[in-house]
Amino acid sequence: MNFANAFTPERLQEAWECLLTEFPFAIWETLYSTLLATFFAIVIGLPLGVLLVTGESKGIRPLPRPVMSFLNVLINLLRSVPFIILMVMIIPLTRAVVGTSVGTLASVVPLTVAAFPFIARLVESSLREVNPNIIEAAQSMGASPWQIVTRVMLPESVPSLITNFTLAITTIMGYTAMSGAVGGGGLGKLALSYGYQRYRFAVLYLAVIVLVIITQVIQSFGTWLARKSDKRLKEK
Amino acid sequence: MIELRNLSKLFTTIDGPVDALKHINLKIEKGDIYGIIGMSGAGKSTLVRCINMLERPTEGTVLMDGVDLGSLNKKQIQEARRRITMIFQSFNLLMQRTCLENVMLPLKLAHVPTAQARQKAMELLETVGLPNKANSYPAQLSGGQQQRVAIARALATEPNVLLCDEATSALDPKTTHAILELIRDINRKMGITVIVITHQMSVVQEICNKVAILENGEVVEEGEVSEVFSNPRTNATRNLIYPEMTEGIEMFSRGGQHLRVIFNGAVTEPLIAKMAMECGIAASIIGASTRSVGDRAYGYMLLDIPGTPEDLARAITYISAVPDVKVQVEAEYNAEEADV
Repeated sequence: MNFANAFTPERLQEAWECLLTEFPFAIWETLYSTLLATFFAIVIGLPLGVLLVTGESKGIRPLPRPVMSFLNVLINLLRSVPFIILMVMIIPLTRAVVGTSVGTLASVVPLTVAAFPFIARLVESSLREVNPNIIEAAQSMGASPWQIVTRVMLPESVPSLITNFTLAITTIMGYTAMSGAVGGGGLGKLALSYGYQRYRFAVLYLAVIVLVIITQVIQSFGTWLARKSDKRLKEK
Repeated sequence: MIELRNLSKLFTTIDGPVDALKHINLKIEKGDIYGIIGMSGAGKSTLVRCINMLERPTEGTVLMDGVDLGSLNKKQIQEARRRITMIFQSFNLLMQRTCLENVMLPLKLAHVPTAQARQKAMELLETVGLPNKANSYPAQLSGGQQQRVAIARALATEPNVLLCDEATSALDPKTTHAILELIRDINRKMGITVIVITHQMSVVQEICNKVAILENGEVVEEGEVSEVFSNPRTNATRNLIYPEMTEGIEMFSRGGQHLRVIFNGAVTEPLIAKMAMECGIAASIIGASTRSVGDRAYGYMLLDIPGTPEDLARAITYISAVPDVKVQVEAEYNAEEADV
């Protein structure tokens, strides 16, 4: 490896061309696998996170203790497997769902599996922030457990959920880069196979810079949206 | 209309079982503003939560219009809670919803169509004096205004009973007064029975017609406010009603002859001065807590009578001759007994 040779004018020229030709599609792949995986992870993780809060023994609708233990163990197990290993481990599942284990679409399956337990924990922590007195007030109005979740707990925790989902999106985007090592597409693949394996370090750095910019944009937007949606901060 | 029969609540804690409520028997009539007063830890909050079944009593029954709430299933309890609504010390409004949406919430929970719920909520915001705050968020309102919104919310389902759990404890005296006025108004105009849980004797005095004193999970005294206040029978009650008096007694507890003079609607007149002139007994006032309602006095006074036991007997004879005044010899004050 010779980094000095990586940034000669020719190499930079090459990277610039790559930015114009290869990058747009890679960025698109990164974004769509990230957003699709986030979407599915929320679809699975949100109800799970709700159950983690409502189902505990002092929750608004307690579930049997073994059920709660199972949920917690499942989530902890999935959370503790490193993503790159999880990806390989669930190849059979990926094949069963998408038909192949290679490609950007296929990478959405392991991304979802890795992200939903994370989302479940984030939703759990958001819902725990809801003032228990407000939940009691809803109970005193005759709200059913379902109504408490849909009309009180979720609406009250919207700013916190937005903050946490933003965190989830940026984390999942980090995973998509890793999925580049095992057949996934996007900026990660570009950086690894084009930049690293073909010694085009300028491309590698460029891919990282683009990833940083996207993360920044998503994070700033999420923070702004969370603030804007929080009616507690509204000036009088 | 609401009757508590032999109500008990036992909590199991790490330190063993705790008797939060012990065999409570209370009867709250329609139209009452019923005060339940006690020090913190007396069981007030548990008691009020048993009335709407937020806490299940361990023993005993809660009857509303003859129906045993304990026998209802979940769905029926949710229905019943629309008839027994509640306001709280910390208002407990949804912070991410506008005032209007907050008032609409109980109606939406009861599946009332949106247009109808909105109209009803607007009317109620008008009733509580905040029609122009409909689209404001609770964070933009003062504490008193938030409690008004909470009251509007509690009225949305047209309840028979309003439970107030320390509803004014977080408010300054002036706002407290205004909120109590509003509650009294609601009681009179809408015929809603009100149950007021508080540790502030001033709240009971201001709006309640009946009161129960709760101490260590037991009702130690109950009855008409004027009766209980003018003639407290237990130390717990005295401590709550006249905290300043117990200090006075303590100071004079060593020796001396003490009389407790109870005014129960007596015509206001200079009793002590007249006794000094007519009997020659120069009683000194150790402590007094009397309140005038119209030209009548309620409350009590603690006197130190100098001289012989005969003087004491004469003082008793003199004072008991006055209409609506009772007198009793004050026993040695026991500081430990009253230390709750």
